[in-house]
Amino acid sequence: MSVTTGSISRISGPVVTAEGLRGSMMYEVVRVGTDALFGEIIRLDKNEAVIQVYEDTSGLKVGEKVESTGTQFSVALGPGLLSSIYDGIQRPLPVLFEMSGDFISRGVFPPGLDLNRRWSFTPAVSVGDTVKEGDLIGFVPEFHIEHRIMVPPSVSGKVAEIREGDYTVTDPVCILDDGTKIAMMQLWPARKPRPYRKKMDPDTLLITGQRIFDCLFPVAKGGTAMIPGGFGTGKTVAEQTLAKWSDTRIVVYIGCGERGNEMTDVLYEFPELIDPRTGLPLIERTVLIANTSNMPVAAREASIYTGITIAEYYRDMGYDVALMADSTSRWGEALREISGRLEEMPGEEGYPAYLATRLAAFYERAGRVVCWGKDERIGSITIIGAVSPPGGDFSEPITQNTLRVAGTFWALDTALAYRRHFPSVNWIKSYSLYLESLEDWYGKEVAEDWKDLREEAIYLLQKEVELQEIVQLVGPDALPDSEKLILEISRMIREDFLQQSAFHEIDSFCSLEKQYWMLKAILTFHEMAKRAMNRGIGIDSIMQLPVKKVIGRMKELPEAGMVEGHIERIASDFASLMEED
Amino acid sequence: MTAVLVSREYKTISNVAGPLIFITNAKDVSYDEIVRIYLPDGEERSGRVLEISKDVAVVQVFEGTTGIDNRSTRVIFTGRPLMMKLSPDILGRTFNGIGKPRDGGPDIIEEMEVDVNGMPINPVARDKPEDFIQTGMSAIDGLNTLVRGQKLPIFSGAGLPANKLAAQIGRQARVLGEGEQFSVVFAAMGITFREASFFTRSFEKSGALGRVVFFMNLTNDPTIERLTTPRCALTVAEYLAYTLNHHVLVILTDMINYCEALREISTAREEVPGRRGYPGYMYTDLSTIYERAGKIKGKKGSITQIPILTMPDDDITHPVPDLTGYITEGQIVLSRDLFRRGGDPPIDVLPCLSRLMNSGIGEGKTREDHRNVADQLYASYAYGRDLRRLVAIVGEEALTELDRKYLKLADEFEKSFISQGDENRGIQRTLEIGWDLLAMLPEEELKRINVDYIEKYHPGYQEV
Repeated sequence: MSVTTGSISRISGPVVTAEGLRGSMMYEVVRVGTDALFGEIIRLDKNEAVIQVYEDTSGLKVGEKVESTGTQFSVALGPGLLSSIYDGIQRPLPVLFEMSGDFISRGVFPPGLDLNRRWSFTPAVSVGDTVKEGDLIGFVPEFHIEHRIMVPPSVSGKVAEIREGDYTVTDPVCILDDGTKIAMMQLWPARKPRPYRKKMDPDTLLITGQRIFDCLFPVAKGGTAMIPGGFGTGKTVAEQTLAKWSDTRIVVYIGCGERGNEMTDVLYEFPELIDPRTGLPLIERTVLIANTSNMPVAAREASIYTGITIAEYYRDMGYDVALMADSTSRWGEALREISGRLEEMPGEEGYPAYLATRLAAFYERAGRVVCWGKDERIGSITIIGAVSPPGGDFSEPITQNTLRVAGTFWALDTALAYRRHFPSVNWIKSYSLYLESLEDWYGKEVAEDWKDLREEAIYLLQKEVELQEIVQLVGPDALPDSEKLILEISRMIREDFLQQSAFHEIDSFCSLEKQYWMLKAILTFHEMAKRAMNRGIGIDSIMQLPVKKVIGRMKELPEAGMVEGHIERIASDFASLMEED
Repeated sequence: MTAVLVSREYKTISNVAGPLIFITNAKDVSYDEIVRIYLPDGEERSGRVLEISKDVAVVQVFEGTTGIDNRSTRVIFTGRPLMMKLSPDILGRTFNGIGKPRDGGPDIIEEMEVDVNGMPINPVARDKPEDFIQTGMSAIDGLNTLVRGQKLPIFSGAGLPANKLAAQIGRQARVLGEGEQFSVVFAAMGITFREASFFTRSFEKSGALGRVVFFMNLTNDPTIERLTTPRCALTVAEYLAYTLNHHVLVILTDMINYCEALREISTAREEVPGRRGYPGYMYTDLSTIYERAGKIKGKKGSITQIPILTMPDDDITHPVPDLTGYITEGQIVLSRDLFRRGGDPPIDVLPCLSRLMNSGIGEGKTREDHRNVADQLYASYAYGRDLRRLVAIVGEEALTELDRKYLKLADEFEKSFISQGDENRGIQRTLEIGWDLLAMLPEEELKRINVDYIEKYHPGYQEV
């Protein structure tokens, strides 16, 4: 790889054109100007290279030098990623803070992993073993995760030497007979998907502890979900809630072009939050990427790729990974801005014509796969992307293009948010394509009648919409009692089941078992009420039953068993009602 | 900072288009630097480099291009970005959109000089905003609490009293139990003299004039300077907050005028337009203004922003309020309907939001039941509002008794909770009014409220 030096011939915002870089490749990293700003070649035109610069370009001059590096933008992968917080190009923000203070300055490039820290390496192979790409050569404890050190892609051979003990990430821990040294850290170009052996169908639920997601519109491990919604509908709260409670081993959270204070919130909150499954701080399984809206736009474009590459690395170890991207619209806008500076022919709403391809390529990096390596590990990446449609209008290009590739659609609704119904997921517009493939899983893990309960709940909610239209015309009194009952029950489903406070101590996470019994309680109430009404009991006396108030407080109960107990209470309340009659 | 020893002077303007001039053969020009322009009649103007290539530099002229010719106008490159001179003497002064005094007073003798573009705060360096600011307005304190370091815009419509609200907040805002240094930075972009003097008088009345720094770019001032007005203002705010340890309230008005100036430049550069002709990078551009609010670890001061923007045709989906809402931490929305019915302030709480509310309220800050009361008021009022539509069709008689209670609550809520005129209401009083309203409903309807709080605060449980 040759390293060449050219000079700047044109500057327009984050896009710089340089001459004399012939022989450089697309997406090669270059250092721009005397401050050595970080840039990437995005177009080659004879003697000219067009570069997107990941840092503020103020003060650059025509004629300043540009140096190519011969490498593509790569992510450093190895122990030490967990609990880190990076900017879009994997600069650790705490290190930047030490180096340059409260504000992010330019031309400073600390490595993505701490090169001095020593990790305790335990080998998993012996001298003489034959290893191929993806094979495990050893382990390093990283918090509670067993960090698996793998043979990097396209490397193979016989182990000539293997070391045990404390090493830094760059020390070789394994040497092959052809002299190849393998260290704990490997570099991988961010824009290139990491290889795997084969993809499989997702068949396991990603448990989120959120009733509307788990029960009504589930996403499978290895699936993709999108959350579009106007501002104030709770996208970020939803993303953060999912980052907190999803039952994956690893979570990668990308704050892409969003608010600085939100990242601060995550930074303050995550170390204190405890994972309900492992009892360990949530930050220990999380990698944060924070490229706030006021940070350079090109780095925002890169942040998505940095995040997914880290996710793929842990997937390759055989772990389930969830990746939250908040928000992919800002990423799309970064693409648009760069494209505009390149004077490319615009597509819809000024977005470049390749928007759909890029979006699809990103979402396709999700999936449940058999990884490379002898032991055929199975890992998965679930992508949950927030979308911020301008004006809350879902017909815009990013929402529409994401719809084509996302398996679960959680439509956030401004009207619900206005009345503080959170999560403000609209149950009529949302859908999940994973229901069928998860059916067996629910039957086995939750309950046989889960499917019936879900269908019943959806039916009632759908029916409510129809009835509300009639009510709007003639008033509620004109409805027969049986339909009034449907209105009441669907109100219970909405308020006592779907509504879930992300900030309530108990309610913010709801176990699947508790979810099941909550829904079961409401629908049992419905069944009993129907029977009572058949015996001529009026709807008013049914609604006066004390158990209704109890159902309204189910959310606050800490254990599923306590909710289960409500079923009997419902039966006995109705029994005494019928006796009185 | 490199000192400029050789001034580079050119007379090579080739084209003039709108606010832009194109200078050929300029050497050693740096991106974003400031240029000085001397017209044939000796008048001095300034501009900023927007784009450079080998043979041409594109410069945006702040004071407009009227009178610039392409033969004898001279252009001098200063080699520096736009800088703001700073010292404690800036308090009480008035500047124009590019940071020059416009009150007839002397130039600032600087203690430091800072690039107005600022730099992004490292998210790791940010401190969590969590100090409750009592504005004395129930709709804000009770339901959409403002905290120190937040950016909370007011979305207004033409003719709605956003200025009155902002001035009242500026007058009344305080943090409970503290008497720290505070100051106000006021940036006017494209507003009329009448509006500007309303603010001046309001600060004068409250005796705070000596603690205010004004940046005035009025309707008749050069449009292009609107782009630098908020940046100069925020540079001053950062100086006051992080060097002098003040708690700074920044009022930016009117952001719609700022965005129109941005659109003007973009059109002149023949860029690909985004929605409604606004440039595609408007989100990023706005964020470099709004994100300068906040708190920094280890620094005593803070910057709280209240941008005001007028929604064209009251349309909240218009690109300017829309993109603003995506960056700011919530919004306060004024309603024409409520204004007509005499609401003062006419805040429509349903579309309002404060994203940082949770960290500023609760036990030890306001009161333990605050979150619950706010949620319940929201849910109940929203339901009551829905019923109004129904009543218009089927009449009040068709409603159930419970629904009639909700309807009454919605009316009473607007009258006694939202509307308060010039009253400066404490947070305790705000919550009391909230409870009085909730007491209009049967107790089992209060599902959003913890049972313990009901027993503790519900007027029905209070000893008479």
